Amino acid sequence: MTLQTVLLVAAALFAVGLYGAISQQVVVMVMMGLELMLNAVILAAGAFWWFLSPTPDGQVLLLVVITAMTVEMAMGFAVATLLHRSRQSDMTDMATDLSR
Amino acid sequence: MSVVEVAVGWVPLAAVLLLAVAAAAAALDGALAARAAGRPWTAGLPVPWLETARLLRQRRRSTVAADRPLAATGRIGLLIAALLMVVVVPLGPWTLADLSVGIVWFNAMDVLVWAFVWLAGWGPNSVHALVGGYRFLAQALSYELPLMFALTAPAVAAGSLRLGDVVAEQQGLWFVVWMPVAFAVFCAGVAAFSVWGPFAAAAGPELAGGVLAESSGMDRWLVLAGRWALLAAGSAFAATAFLGGGHGPLLPAWLWTLVKTAAVLALLVLLRRRLPTVRPERLVTPAWLVVLPLVLLQLLVVSVVVVGRG
Amino acid sequence: MLDDVVFWVLAAVAVAAGIAVFRVDSMARATYALAVSFVAVGLALLLFDLPYLGVVVVLMMVMEMAIMAIYMIMFMGMNPALMPMSMVHGKRAALAVSSLTFGLLAAGALFVPWPSRRAAPAGDLVTSLGQAVMGSKMLVMMTVSAVLFATIVAALVLALPRGRYDRLGEDLQGDDLPGDDQEHRR
Repeated sequence: MTLQTVLLVAAALFAVGLYGAISQQVVVMVMMGLELMLNAVILAAGAFWWFLSPTPDGQVLLLVVITAMTVEMAMGFAVATLLHRSRQSDMTDMATDLSR
Repeated sequence: MSVVEVAVGWVPLAAVLLLAVAAAAAALDGALAARAAGRPWTAGLPVPWLETARLLRQRRRSTVAADRPLAATGRIGLLIAALLMVVVVPLGPWTLADLSVGIVWFNAMDVLVWAFVWLAGWGPNSVHALVGGYRFLAQALSYELPLMFALTAPAVAAGSLRLGDVVAEQQGLWFVVWMPVAFAVFCAGVAAFSVWGPFAAAAGPELAGGVLAESSGMDRWLVLAGRWALLAAGSAFAATAFLGGGHGPLLPAWLWTLVKTAAVLALLVLLRRRLPTVRPERLVTPAWLVVLPLVLLQLLVVSVVVVGRG
Repeated sequence: MLDDVVFWVLAAVAVAAGIAVFRVDSMARATYALAVSFVAVGLALLLFDLPYLGVVVVLMMVMEMAIMAIYMIMFMGMNPALMPMSMVHGKRAALAVSSLTFGLLAAGALFVPWPSRRAAPAGDLVTSLGQAVMGSKMLVMMTVSAVLFATIVAALVLALPRGRYDRLGEDLQGDDLPGDDQEHRR
């Protein structure tokens, strides 16, 4: 268990999450891909903290990442609910007009 | 009194002890049920053993297109969550793992129960079981926040998330004396995450047993034993975090922990017969509009006391 | 040595469960596969002496995934376990992009000359985290908690089908209990 190996694992997790976020059609599945990417960020941040500079205040970064995940989740659920309510659909392909 | 960690080899003993306490609670419940039915209370005492023997002999039933791995996870999970809870709870001077985040650990384990109950409901591919699983999640959203803030109170008072410190801080004065609201809410939370008593709507008889509907034999035993074990583990935690753990005169510390655990457990079992089952969709209003502010006020009182003490 | 074994097991579980999220054809299994991945990463954080953050990751993510499963089942509207179907677009491009990303990140992980460790971990890391949060970073954490609460409220407002005036009437003195109003809806 060295910094390099942990980062490799995190990179694998990130890539899997990215694949899901790009390829999935259902909004909630896209969210799961994003969550997986943030999961990788948590692992990498923990490894950086432990292997490079285990100072007391370095842990705060992880706390911020976890917060970001929670916010992403809450907003994602709200958007998915609204989308489903207004269009009876939860597919990203049917909501492309939202990006214009 | 300081708490020391014992070797890993004691884990099986802890598991046996937890199951024994859970069985004692089930026996008390059986005795009360027998008395309520007009039979002598001694007739109800062997109920847990008879039920165990019956279920172990019963043939396993399965449903069409059941999701077996998920159902098995949910059914075994309850017992495992209860065992993982008691890992951090000290028995007098001994503990299996005096984690520096013991209270958060306990909280994380009671959140695992969310997943396990829902999985036990989803797995059998049956309407009644699934509705039971959904009922539990609806109820979990209501009870979890008050439970979390109730858990915060002893942590703030002890200035530590370590259960050993929480016990040591209660030398002389138990936390229940100056945080009774947190204690009461915590006990209600214990009943709620054990899917038990007033919070048993997820396994209610009007739902043909809810999450229990399709389970039989060993599967059913695991869920039932898991619920009692969760109740016992929660009571042990309440005895430790609020009732002073091993502190007490005359008796040895480990016996005090057991006596207090048994007292909380007996209180919960006795109260169960006096309380109706709460409808899950009605729980959220009182839980968030009444109980949550009360617990926050309790937390404020505790914080002010701690700050004032310096 | 034991740490290494535990880490590799957890890493294998985390990545395998992550892949399973997009491979299994049951919404419940996909969601709980993600939960397993998070639990593995949370336990791996325990190896880095981050007990609080590790346990909090387990706590929060299991909770989130329990709710996530409900959303998945609610919105998908059909059971892919019964009707196998592909719910993906641009699969090949996505595979290429993610493989490239993995290659880049892995090269970075292996070839960047990481500096050596600068400090030793403090004695009680949970306390030091609290010090870090409540000390100089008070402002950050205050903002974070405010953002969190604003998010909760905003999400509720967005998701609420009807406001309290609809439920309780003009005078907010509604006599119907929540849960009893299903038949009055719309």
